[in-house]
Amino acid sequence: MSANLVVPTMAEMMARGEQPEVLFWVGCSGSFDDRAKKITKAFVKILNRANVSFAVLGTEEGCTGDPAKRAGNEFAFQMQAMMNIQVLDGYEVKKIVTACPHCFNTLKNEYPDLGGKYEVVHHTQFLKSLLDDGRLTIEGGQFKGKRITFHDPCYLGRANQVYEAPRQLIEKLDAELVEMKRSRQNGFCCGAGGAQLFKEPEHGTKEVHVERTEEAIGTNAEIIAAGCPFCNTMLTDGVKFKEKESSVKVLDVAELIANAEDL
Amino acid sequence: MEYLGQVLFLLLLVVGFGFFIKNIKKLIRNIKLGRDIDRTDNSSARWKNMIRVALGQSKMVKRPIPAILHIFVYAGFVIINIEMLEIIVDGLFGTHRAFSFLGAGYNALIGIFEVLAFLVIFGVVVFWIRRNVIKLKRFNQPEMEGWAKRDANNIIYIETTLMCFFLIMNAADYYLQGINHTHYTAVGSFPISSLISPIFEGVNPATVAFVERFCWWAHIAGVMVFMNYLYYSKHLHIFLAFPNTYYANLKPQGEFNNLESVKKEVSLMMDPNADPYAAPVEPVGEPEKFGAQDVMDLNWVQLLNAYSCTECGRCTSSCPQNTTGKKLSPRKIMMSTRDRLEDVSKILDANNGKFVDDGKTLLNDYITPEELWACNTCNACVEECPIDISPLSIIMDMRRFLVMEQSAAPVELNNMMQNVENNAAPWQYNQMDRLNWKDEN
Ligand code: SF4
Ligand code: SF4
Repeated sequence: MSANLVVPTMAEMMARGEQPEVLFWVGCSGSFDDRAKKITKAFVKILNRANVSFAVLGTEEGCTGDPAKRAGNEFAFQMQAMMNIQVLDGYEVKKIVTACPHCFNTLKNEYPDLGGKYEVVHHTQFLKSLLDDGRLTIEGGQFKGKRITFHDPCYLGRANQVYEAPRQLIEKLDAELVEMKRSRQNGFCCGAGGAQLFKEPEHGTKEVHVERTEEAIGTNAEIIAAGCPFCNTMLTDGVKFKEKESSVKVLDVAELIANAEDL
Repeated sequence: MEYLGQVLFLLLLVVGFGFFIKNIKKLIRNIKLGRDIDRTDNSSARWKNMIRVALGQSKMVKRPIPAILHIFVYAGFVIINIEMLEIIVDGLFGTHRAFSFLGAGYNALIGIFEVLAFLVIFGVVVFWIRRNVIKLKRFNQPEMEGWAKRDANNIIYIETTLMCFFLIMNAADYYLQGINHTHYTAVGSFPISSLISPIFEGVNPATVAFVERFCWWAHIAGVMVFMNYLYYSKHLHIFLAFPNTYYANLKPQGEFNNLESVKKEVSLMMDPNADPYAAPVEPVGEPEKFGAQDVMDLNWVQLLNAYSCTECGRCTSSCPQNTTGKKLSPRKIMMSTRDRLEDVSKILDANNGKFVDDGKTLLNDYITPEELWACNTCNACVEECPIDISPLSIIMDMRRFLVMEQSAAPVELNNMMQNVENNAAPWQYNQMDRLNWKDEN
């Protein structure tokens, strides 16, 4: 399957004298984490299907610096940012799409002040625009009538007020979108943000991801839809902890669409 | 003797407002201890935000029951204070209900005041029950023990007492007006106190007049006391909510500021033309600390936030870490910041306005690293705060100090940050392998 993936790099494009419509910022999770790589591929499949002219930075991409910044290390963050901005500006990048809300937030909000000014969209927003422009069609397929709940990533939702794009995509699948009690502005963190993914939690009575997974499972959804590789990891762990792997799946919105289209 | 009342009254006002102004000056001095931050931009958006959030209470509606009760108390307090104007005029000139020349409008006004006074009492009684009988969780968490709890109840008792004085005063007045007692001319309408006035039936009119005068004096004196209590209380938010929302952060919640001091160093490092052997340009004065160790390292908006906090605990009750039993509580971050600022203020007072090191800092002595490291930076607390406070910004500035000045991050985070610096990913993967996924199955 993946043999069919067409993933040009900016360097290749430049050599051909082409400029893609959009740069796909893969991010560290999307590049290295086994679970997240599947999301990356699902998104690429959709881009290929919709004939979107895109490119990646490949080995020229480096961490946005987000985890270092949230941990308090401005030096590491700004060094990463400046290096990335040099590369992006070198390729005259105008528009960036990413499947990671942390990369999305950092590129969109924190890079401009350091000189990196781009139009940055989250992949759910990008997919929605493909749909609106008639470049992509979605049939419900295997998700028709299934109960799906969407977990708002903090850095997509509260941080940037993107609540509707992922939901509208899920509704296009003819699925039954069920909301958790704490959703949209009131969304409850998966427990990964603020560099928590990289460390052990502090002493408490419960783990944040377990609390959130319980809430998601409580909706009787068959699928927990996520829009963030970190949330995906945390919720997948939560489902395992609750021993619900057989009845509840955690999937990224891009994976839902790719699966629905049998890509 | 004739003017004794008026003189006493003037004295009361002078003392009351005198102390109040002294407190306000202290408040401003303390807030100015913070670092500078520019919030002069975008004034029209700032006015709108203040009107919507502070005046319009827009962020309260999320929890409808306290929102309605709070509107009663808030509207009651603001509007009944119009009555204060009349009290001041009466007090200074020895008149009886000086504004009664307004006629029908006056009657309506007094009627509205009375209804509001009743609603205030109703509201605060329910508040008291929620805190002390139902014992709602967010009012009974560790940081609410001691003074914070007493303070909350004190406010309730003071407000109830003030409103009772107000209504009893009117009831006595209404009764005296009914029996044409000396200068009690019939003015005003008294929808609530007319229900109370029958208790004076058969009482000596002179005694009733004494009750009326007593309540009048007690009411104004109570207001003066309350006004001066604010500085020590979470009730300070009745004023500070306004500047606090005006100077709030209007940028996307996810956007964290890029430290200016770091920017300079990074651009030097990145500049290919910079001479690596050149002596660093020494900035004048002490170099700025990275991040915050004490209240003076925070910016003045964060210090204003600390004084404005209502201690309502909405932030804490929505915090994913606190609700799963961790020590971190965004409300406590705000309360600890204010506690420290007050202790610093006392040091300044005792040393002619100069700060003398007391061996304590906000970090460690008031807020522990354990609290700081638990935060998800999820912004739930910021979203929830009814007056646009950001506990998160204080947490972040303190983390910056821990990492950049003390290298005191948890080991796993140090590893993560080293990876970012060495191989441009938070894990130990080689940057050259970033595109391998393309060809993997
Ligand atoms: S940002 Fe931090 S303190 Fe605020 S609610 Fe989230 S985890 Fe709690
Ligand atoms: S920070 Fe805001 S939400 Fe939290 S206790 Fe203070 S006023 Fe309430």
